[in-house]
Amino acid sequence: MGTGGEFNPKLLGIICNWCCYGGADLCGVSRLQYPPHIRLIRVMCSARVDLAHIFRAFSNGLDAVFVGGCHLNDCHYITNGNYNALGMVKICKKLLECIGINPARLRHEWVSAGEGIRFANIMNDFAPAIQKLGPLGSSEGLDEKTLRFKLEATARLIPYIKLVERQRLRAPLKLRSSSEPEEEYDKFFNSEEINKLFDDIIVSKLVISQITSLLREGPLSTGEISSTLGLSPSEVSRQLNISSKQGLVRYDTGLKCFIAA
Amino acid sequence: MSNSKAGSSKGSVLVVGAGVAGMQASLDLANSGYYVHLADKSPTIGGIMAQLDKTFPTNDCAMCIISPKLVEVGRHLNINILCNSEVQSLEGEAGNFTATLKTHPRYIDLASCTACGQCRSVCPVTAVNEFNQKLDLREAAYMRYPQAIPGGFAIDRGICIGCGMCEKVCLAGAVHYDDQPRMTEIEVGAVILAPGNEVFDPSGLDTLNYAKFPNVVTSIEFERILSASGPYRGSLMRPYDRQEPEKIAWIQCVGSRSTNGCANSYCSAVCCIYAIKEAVIAKEHAHHDLDCSIFFMDMRTYGKEFEQYYNRAKELGVKFIRSRVHTIEAEGEADLKIRYTAEDGELREDVFDMAVLSTGFEVGLETVALADRLGIDLNKHNYAATDVFMPVSTSRPGVYVCGTLQGPKDIPQSVMEASGAAAAGGALLAESRWTQTRTREYPPKRDVSSEPAKIGVFVCNCGINIGGIVDVAAVREYARTLPNVIHVEDNLFTCSQDTQVRMAEVIRQKGINRMVVAACTPLTHEPLFRETLLEAGLNKYLFDMANIRNQDSWVHMHERAKATEKAKVLVRMSVARAAMLKQLEDRKVGITQSALVVGGGVAGLNAALNLAGQGFKAFLVEKETRLGGLAEKISRTIEGTNVKPYIDGLVEQVRTNGSIEVLTQASLTSFKGYKGNFTSTVEAGPDKAEHTIEHGVAILATGAHEHKPVEYGYGTNERIMTQLELDEMIEHPPAEKDPGKWKRVVMIQCVGSRNKQNPDCSRICCQSAVKHALQLKETNPEMEIYILYRDMRMYGMLEDYYMEARRNGIVFARFDTDKEPEVRTNGTGLAVVFSDHVLQRWVKIAADAVVLSAATRANDTDAIASQLKVPRNANGFFIEAHAKLRPVDFASEGIFLCGTAHSPKLIGESVTQALAAASRAGSFLAGKTLSVGGAVAHVDGQRCAACLVCVRSCPYNIPKINEEQVSEINEALCQGCGTCVSECPAKAIELSHYEHNQILASIHALLAGH
Repeated sequence: MGTGGEFNPKLLGIICNWCCYGGADLCGVSRLQYPPHIRLIRVMCSARVDLAHIFRAFSNGLDAVFVGGCHLNDCHYITNGNYNALGMVKICKKLLECIGINPARLRHEWVSAGEGIRFANIMNDFAPAIQKLGPLGSSEGLDEKTLRFKLEATARLIPYIKLVERQRLRAPLKLRSSSEPEEEYDKFFNSEEINKLFDDIIVSKLVISQITSLLREGPLSTGEISSTLGLSPSEVSRQLNISSKQGLVRYDTGLKCFIAA
Repeated sequence: MSNSKAGSSKGSVLVVGAGVAGMQASLDLANSGYYVHLADKSPTIGGIMAQLDKTFPTNDCAMCIISPKLVEVGRHLNINILCNSEVQSLEGEAGNFTATLKTHPRYIDLASCTACGQCRSVCPVTAVNEFNQKLDLREAAYMRYPQAIPGGFAIDRGICIGCGMCEKVCLAGAVHYDDQPRMTEIEVGAVILAPGNEVFDPSGLDTLNYAKFPNVVTSIEFERILSASGPYRGSLMRPYDRQEPEKIAWIQCVGSRSTNGCANSYCSAVCCIYAIKEAVIAKEHAHHDLDCSIFFMDMRTYGKEFEQYYNRAKELGVKFIRSRVHTIEAEGEADLKIRYTAEDGELREDVFDMAVLSTGFEVGLETVALADRLGIDLNKHNYAATDVFMPVSTSRPGVYVCGTLQGPKDIPQSVMEASGAAAAGGALLAESRWTQTRTREYPPKRDVSSEPAKIGVFVCNCGINIGGIVDVAAVREYARTLPNVIHVEDNLFTCSQDTQVRMAEVIRQKGINRMVVAACTPLTHEPLFRETLLEAGLNKYLFDMANIRNQDSWVHMHERAKATEKAKVLVRMSVARAAMLKQLEDRKVGITQSALVVGGGVAGLNAALNLAGQGFKAFLVEKETRLGGLAEKISRTIEGTNVKPYIDGLVEQVRTNGSIEVLTQASLTSFKGYKGNFTSTVEAGPDKAEHTIEHGVAILATGAHEHKPVEYGYGTNERIMTQLELDEMIEHPPAEKDPGKWKRVVMIQCVGSRNKQNPDCSRICCQSAVKHALQLKETNPEMEIYILYRDMRMYGMLEDYYMEARRNGIVFARFDTDKEPEVRTNGTGLAVVFSDHVLQRWVKIAADAVVLSAATRANDTDAIASQLKVPRNANGFFIEAHAKLRPVDFASEGIFLCGTAHSPKLIGESVTQALAAASRAGSFLAGKTLSVGGAVAHVDGQRCAACLVCVRSCPYNIPKINEEQVSEINEALCQGCGTCVSECPAKAIELSHYEHNQILASIHALLAGH
């Protein structure tokens, strides 16, 4: 972090070998300047970017993550690796939102190997935007402990999310052949149906996961849980009921608190 | 081309000249199974390209992109570099030549020289440094440039005083004053001439005062001034007082397009674009807003996407002044007053700090003498005489030519032609392939899997590209503190041959088992450093690169401290990753010995024919019923050669060649597999019969067509026509409308090109107009012909025809885009209104015909581009892997391109490019096997739940559920994208070299120092 008043955001970029990395290189060849905060990691395809990588980056205290791939339908891998990345990012943004992290901290862009200037423009927009947001958690009003706790609770759910995402939340293949696939993806992931599914199968899991992690540290009352997690007492109570039925937590009548089972 | 009898030809080739063309020809041939003797008269290889600072249109650093080639040539087992050597004579015939070479003494034995530089440090003699264009000095014991290959010193006995100091200090005992010239006889099957050109010496032009004023420099001197390794270390300074200039002028066409003061009437073909590049780069180097003016006659940015570069330069504020420069005179102490005639005829003057003369190419007298000794004909401009349709063959069978001896040209054209010459030579000697080559034995590989990580970190200064911004010493010392690091060092150029050799040595000596290089980008340099690891006896995957140039020093030029901090973090991330890297073994698989060629025009026909000549099977797929393509609509070339007999002959050769299978009315319906082993299905013939084709490579030669104009009333009047339609009328004059009877014709250039929709120049339309104008004039000398143009782009020898046209009274009238001509039709009447730039007013003339020089547009390749996953630019032309050095390769290996599918070009240029593609394809096929495996995905059967996520998500449908009911991924088919790895819920799949923990190691290291 910066020493003076200036905030130097810590940015990670994971970018594909074929397009975005070439674009970032060309940006250098063309001597286009951008703020020096981002550190880039090269992967062969943006589809290699795992939800786990993004959550680990945030857990480690990074302020934002950038994912760069080839333009849609230009992917080196028979034009569909980057659609997987697109779906992953959409889900990831929903998850971030769900735990109270500004989804703008995750940015996903397409940059071709010939678009040095585009890469520079994105970097010149992204870094100041994150600078404005401030360190991770600050704009979200989350203290470091809560933040870490929420990120870890989500990270634990990743295998489950991948399974249900594959089964229930996967954008239909036909969207890829539309003339505006990105807009179609947007529509799909913001549709009522998907939002409901997401709430039903992921959000509740996420809340339970957070509650159980919280209880593992010590017994808490419904009120304490709801204030720590920033959720309504009724929502917490509902999830506590479900979790007790599943045998994940139990109510300790002596302590008048919930404890981890 | 089948002069040699089976088995009787030699499987080796002599390449004369080791510039970029000679190097490319050597690499292609050596990789295709021929032993190459590469002779150069200088003590090093690299040619003019090594002297350039940046290259257009990508602004790549010339040294950065040529250096890996130098190293590759220098290391190639089947290339024998013969420095200081000249060919004395060439006896024998195609297939069996005996060449006699004279090797001048170097006085330093390359075998023992370690390039330590002791000899130079004690040498008391200094002389002007030719490499830096005499702008600084060097010692008598010298190396032409730091990255030179072979990486050893030489003594210039011309200036050496024989004091013996160097001999005394040389611990290796490499200095031999008594070294004598040696004569060597070598037997080769073919010869490729690539001796290059000289640059015109403007000393004799007293109007420009080059010899008198230090601040008048040539373009190549200016390249050295800009270069980080040049005399001023990359600081923009003028020679007189080493002050940074604020106002620079470029004077075009010095020593070309002129018979006044020089004998070079032709156009040098490269000066316009290099002048623009120099202006753009100079602006970048300047610490303030540099005023750049280019004084020119015609702006000839005819190359692929060069027009866009020109437009960008205008946006950056480079001034383009259409004029004739009269004189350069002294102004004050060292400034320069340039007097010029502007386009309106007015004499004007302006004062500059510095002037750069855009000097052209010419064939040196030594090369003329060489041509004479070798018995090859030269044309009237002293360039090699070649056939229009076989531009790489000289007058002597078995002797081929490429690069600037063939004609003035830029680097990509030289590289293409070099590959083309290699293809021609390769086809001549096909049956002797692999008869004289040697195979490389790497040192035995050390298994380091059980050793703890011992990392060596090599930080590159890249001249001043990195070192000028990033504190390299601080990065190096920081690296020393990182876990597992046992060795650190920094180098001026980590990629240079001498550094590479030393790195391998250091790795062996210190027992390093992981290497990190912090330098430029892995996209260009990873293969090179992996090779270094192999030389050091390590697995090539035990390597990681921190990109501290393209993604650090070059993009944070004004934030040195933060750039240094970033470099440290990037090194820390690389070191963390390197510690986790594993050895991976590659496996050999066979390569199907055949090629699929898509497109049966001139390019496709030549590519197929040459591949067949090289001994490979070719499948030629053409969508039309006839072969021949766009060239069938062209009657004659500008030289006057009939095209039809050539095309007919070509088609006949292809049709009767037993190794070529032709499919017409054919379209590609599917394309599967991977480099070396593709499977395509093609529907062909009227009945759309399906053919399945197995092939190792693919060449796209899908061609282009003439744009149907929407401009100038085309289609409303039959006397408004395109150049191709005029061609047809000239060749077969309709009885009623014989063009020979026309009294006045107006041709309009740049129709559908150089505009908003299509910013590129179509390259060939200027010569079409001049060609047809000359033909019409020949039929009817009384005919008035006007050519309304924006710039006459008659590059190279085409300038001869432009001059002829002006001599014959053809009127050339220039227009600007804000004053475009207008075609008016009134009943049957036809008139053109245009603004005359000399008279400065609008003129209306009646015409019998208006001929539109319509753009050349790429054919529709939507389907094939998406089937083969190859990229195209905004105008539908395919994008090659690298605009400069890989002009016929696609980034996807095993797929190549040629002809007008790449960009508009003349027939001869298409032939060259087709041969080049055949050469690249042939050298790929000639290897017979291919390494697979390495960075691919593997399933851990224990963890796999057979959930089918991988099966469904793989873009290539590679994962299969096997008999054991777990997923299995074929490593030969896996493309290594990693999609399945991220998707797998059970973390049962790992992508080697991009393992979960390896990526996490980088992410953790990013913050580890905070």
